[in-house]
Amino acid sequence: MSITSEQTEHVAKLARLALAPEEIALYTRQLAQILAHMHVLSQVDVNGVEPTLHVIPDLANVTRPDASRPGLGAELAVANAPEQADGYFRVPRMGKEG
Amino acid sequence: MRYEAVIGLEIHVELATASKLFCACRVEFGAPPNANTCPVCLGLPGSLPVLNAKAVEHAVKAALALNCRVAAVSKFDRKNYFYPDLPKGYQISQYDLPVASRGLVEVVVGEVTRRVGIRRVHLEDDAGKLVHEGPAQATVAEAVSSLVDYNRAGVPLIEIVSEADLRSPEEARVFLEEVKTLLQYTAVSECKMEEGSLRVDCNISLRPCGQTTYGTPVELKNLGSFRSAQRALAYEIERQAQLLDEAGRVVRETRHWDEARGVSIALREKEEAQDYRYFPDPDLLPMVFDPGWVERMRAALPELPRQRWRRLVESYGLSPYDAGVITASQALADFYEDTVRAGAGAKAAANWVMGELLRYLNAQGTPAGEFPTTPDHLAELLALVEAGRISGTMAKSVFEEMCRTRQAPSQLVQSKGLEQLGDRTELAPVIEQVLAENPGVAADYRAGKEKALGFLVGQVMRKTQGRAHPRLVNQWLAERLRER
Amino acid sequence: MAGKLYRLSAADASRALRAGEFSLEELLSSYLARHEEVEPATRAFITHDAGRARERVRRLSAGWGEKAEKVLAGIPAAIKDNLCTREVATTCGSRMLTGFLPPYDATVVERLQAAGMVLLGKTNLDEFAMGSSTETSAYGATANPWRRGRVPGGSSGGSAAAVAAGQAAYALGSDTGGSVRQPAAFCGLVGLKPTYGRVSRYGLVAYASSLDQVGTITRTVEDSALVLGAIAGHDPLDSTSVAAPVPDYRAALGRRLDGLRLGVPREYLAVALEEGVRRRVEEAISDLERLGAQVGECSLPHSEYALSAYYIIASAEASSNLARYDGIRHGPRAWEEELGAMYRETRRLAFGSEVKRRIMLGTYVLSAGYYDAYYLRAQKVRTLVKRDFSLALERFDALVCPTSPTVAFGLGDRLDDPLTMYAVDVLTIPVNLAGLPAMSVPCGLWEGLPVGLQLIGRPLGEETLITVGHALEQCRPLDPERRGPLYRSGGELGAI
Ligand SMILES: [Mg+2]
Ligand SMILES: [Zn+2]
Repeated sequence: MSITSEQTEHVAKLARLALAPEEIALYTRQLAQILAHMHVLSQVDVNGVEPTLHVIPDLANVTRPDASRPGLGAELAVANAPEQADGYFRVPRMGKEG
Repeated sequence: MRYEAVIGLEIHVELATASKLFCACRVEFGAPPNANTCPVCLGLPGSLPVLNAKAVEHAVKAALALNCRVAAVSKFDRKNYFYPDLPKGYQISQYDLPVASRGLVEVVVGEVTRRVGIRRVHLEDDAGKLVHEGPAQATVAEAVSSLVDYNRAGVPLIEIVSEADLRSPEEARVFLEEVKTLLQYTAVSECKMEEGSLRVDCNISLRPCGQTTYGTPVELKNLGSFRSAQRALAYEIERQAQLLDEAGRVVRETRHWDEARGVSIALREKEEAQDYRYFPDPDLLPMVFDPGWVERMRAALPELPRQRWRRLVESYGLSPYDAGVITASQALADFYEDTVRAGAGAKAAANWVMGELLRYLNAQGTPAGEFPTTPDHLAELLALVEAGRISGTMAKSVFEEMCRTRQAPSQLVQSKGLEQLGDRTELAPVIEQVLAENPGVAADYRAGKEKALGFLVGQVMRKTQGRAHPRLVNQWLAERLRER
Repeated sequence: MAGKLYRLSAADASRALRAGEFSLEELLSSYLARHEEVEPATRAFITHDAGRARERVRRLSAGWGEKAEKVLAGIPAAIKDNLCTREVATTCGSRMLTGFLPPYDATVVERLQAAGMVLLGKTNLDEFAMGSSTETSAYGATANPWRRGRVPGGSSGGSAAAVAAGQAAYALGSDTGGSVRQPAAFCGLVGLKPTYGRVSRYGLVAYASSLDQVGTITRTVEDSALVLGAIAGHDPLDSTSVAAPVPDYRAALGRRLDGLRLGVPREYLAVALEEGVRRRVEEAISDLERLGAQVGECSLPHSEYALSAYYIIASAEASSNLARYDGIRHGPRAWEEELGAMYRETRRLAFGSEVKRRIMLGTYVLSAGYYDAYYLRAQKVRTLVKRDFSLALERFDALVCPTSPTVAFGLGDRLDDPLTMYAVDVLTIPVNLAGLPAMSVPCGLWEGLPVGLQLIGRPLGEETLITVGHALEQCRPLDPERRGPLYRSGGELGAI
């Protein structure tokens, strides 16, 4: 299983991880190694086998009634935020993300 | 070249529930920022979603009203992307097993009846809201910073995706109105566009007339109303036709509609396709829809606009057009039928509901579904007209008064002395006075100028503030003039 | 009796408390003194709050009459630091959650609080529970109290070290691929991973949601029955929690093994086992046979694929679960002018390398073009692994095998090569894929280090595990000559 450094960069971009050049090289190597190992799965005959969505058999339609309860309130909600203003969370300008 | 527009719509509809889709936080418009949040809708570490039963019921009802097939098994998937309004870094949505698919809505535009396919209806949670800080006119990219409010995060939505079956901006608008009516009839949503509870995105491409393959689609966002959707599509058709004529191609992109300037603006090119890495959400279990349950939901649906329209035409003798106007809103149709039930004539009630009532609602900007008066009062008013106790003109001002004060029309007529004057002994002095003041006109009439009578009747009406019974005044004036 | 009260099991301490042999204060003091003595050597805790624990004991003592009926009331415990505790720092061993004070308690914590737990603090773990040695924590490595320089196992290594060294009577851990059982085995303790859904995950910071389960780390099987009884049961806040009633697990203690059928998976003995592990496990199996169990061989043919399937599924889920750490709602933030740079720099600085590796792997296997080949295929293989277990457990009441191929390995030995580290969990991972309950019970020492025997049960078959584990514990006490860490001074325990 080969993986290029461009692929590593693309994946890092999707995952919003900044990687230094040496990290790109490292992860490219390690991902290739791990994926090569994972390749044993291609030997398994999975024809007609359903994927496991949940290990608990026959559990479905788990719901709650539509009743509202008070939440945390704004003060507690933003208490852990690195930056807040008047009950809001503040984030830097969108730039290209916007 | 002549082009044909190919239009498909995505409609996000907020469901009418008391609590959010996966937590018990209140769904409430206009609350202080982050007031309605908890560990689940803030995506705090360790929190888990639990599905709101009512939201599922609403989604199924909406799907049935849109003539969809409800899935036997449906599941939730994670749609992974980063954005500050998305607290978990993924939206809980549905990918390959939506609640329902393959629906159909018919829209009539002029002579054309278009069958519009519904590709799918799926459940998902809404994102929060961003408020941009910085210069007032700044675009998102120019804002200094943004503030995030997660009150809306986790609010239950259905996304309705139509097939690309629409061919004109007007068809798109009529389709949207039809869908909105269906959703209101089934009471699954309040459909308040001004509160963002109904949001529309359009996909539009052009192709030369006669061609069957599709052109490059452009996605239009930020459509604040059905009218602006229609305008934006019309603008986009012009823009794309010009591009095709001049450059031969259209860029695949997402465009933002600027309602104030009446133009669309490129947001981002879609070249680098988003990779959402959908996968089944391990925190939620599948929904298995028992066919018996689905049938019970279907049976519990109210009469839908199409059926009601037909019934109004058949059993009240309304014209197809009138029945259409009245059934466009379930509340209006209810009001109408209740008025008839309270004793009003079917035709008169229709005229009043479509005329005075709608005029009043539009003028006052009354919220949908709220009325300034009751069907009983309207029926009473129509009965007063019918009995000749007030004139038609008078009835209109009584109606206004009735709406303003919420008083019964008979009360108003009595207390304000608005009842029609049909008593000869009361009117005779007025008639005498008018004749005395207008000897010339009286003479004209006697000389054979029949039209002069109208002037004299008008004078009597004026002196009685419109209360005199015009037909009787006419009769009595004529008799009086013939006497000499 | 005061002095070495920390050596008592939770159940024994509870009995003595109720008999009035010592007070709640005396019991707590013993644990606090022991903590002072050994923590510099074990580095088991990330947060330790003696003041809060004393206050708790004061309040419990005041209302002791009613609380005394609860078996765990007054017993000092430790919680793995990936379980949310209201207003008590919860770090997941990551810089990403520096300063995070959860506004709520995990359901298991809430239940233990209701049962009268005295919370001592939060224990160290591999960052976000991703690891098998408790070496990837941003707060440094934890040492194995049995031997200087050895890992305690992971990712619940802090919980295991704390219980083994006498810093807590029992602890909660979480087990995604063996993270309760393997550290229990490495530290000579009983580690119980319940059936998926038996215990609520609400408040357990997710690593891999379809595999994660809260488990118990105790010194005895009796204690595991007590603690499981307190935390198990349906939770309306966790959709994946099962509604089945919770039995009295203590009733499963002391039952005879006659007629119980135990299967030994052929493939699990075929992996490269350390000589001592193989020997102790075989001895333990013979003991169980002697106690009346019928032992036979069984096969789990897809075992060799389980490890790969696990790392694909776990990493995929982790890549999504860890997307919420974006520097907006909690934790540290890299001060960048633009949002995109803020995201990327915050995540670069605050995540450790193992977490980043798994996020990268998980993002890759879910990305366009690779989903079917990796993620979907892995979930299909998971079905086959699960089917293997179902077939074997039709013939057998439980399966027996080693918990880990080796005894505790050296600190730093496997950190450089992810694949050899991943292989550590080869015998525990398949159980998580199948969602089954499993227990690691000490079955002897090898070169002075504990060996664990793994018992794997049917869905909701925890009672069988308790019965078998208890029988084994009674006939093979781990520490007959009292050579274990509980009987050593701080200076004799393994400083890193
Ligand atoms: Mg959507
Ligand atoms: Zn909430």
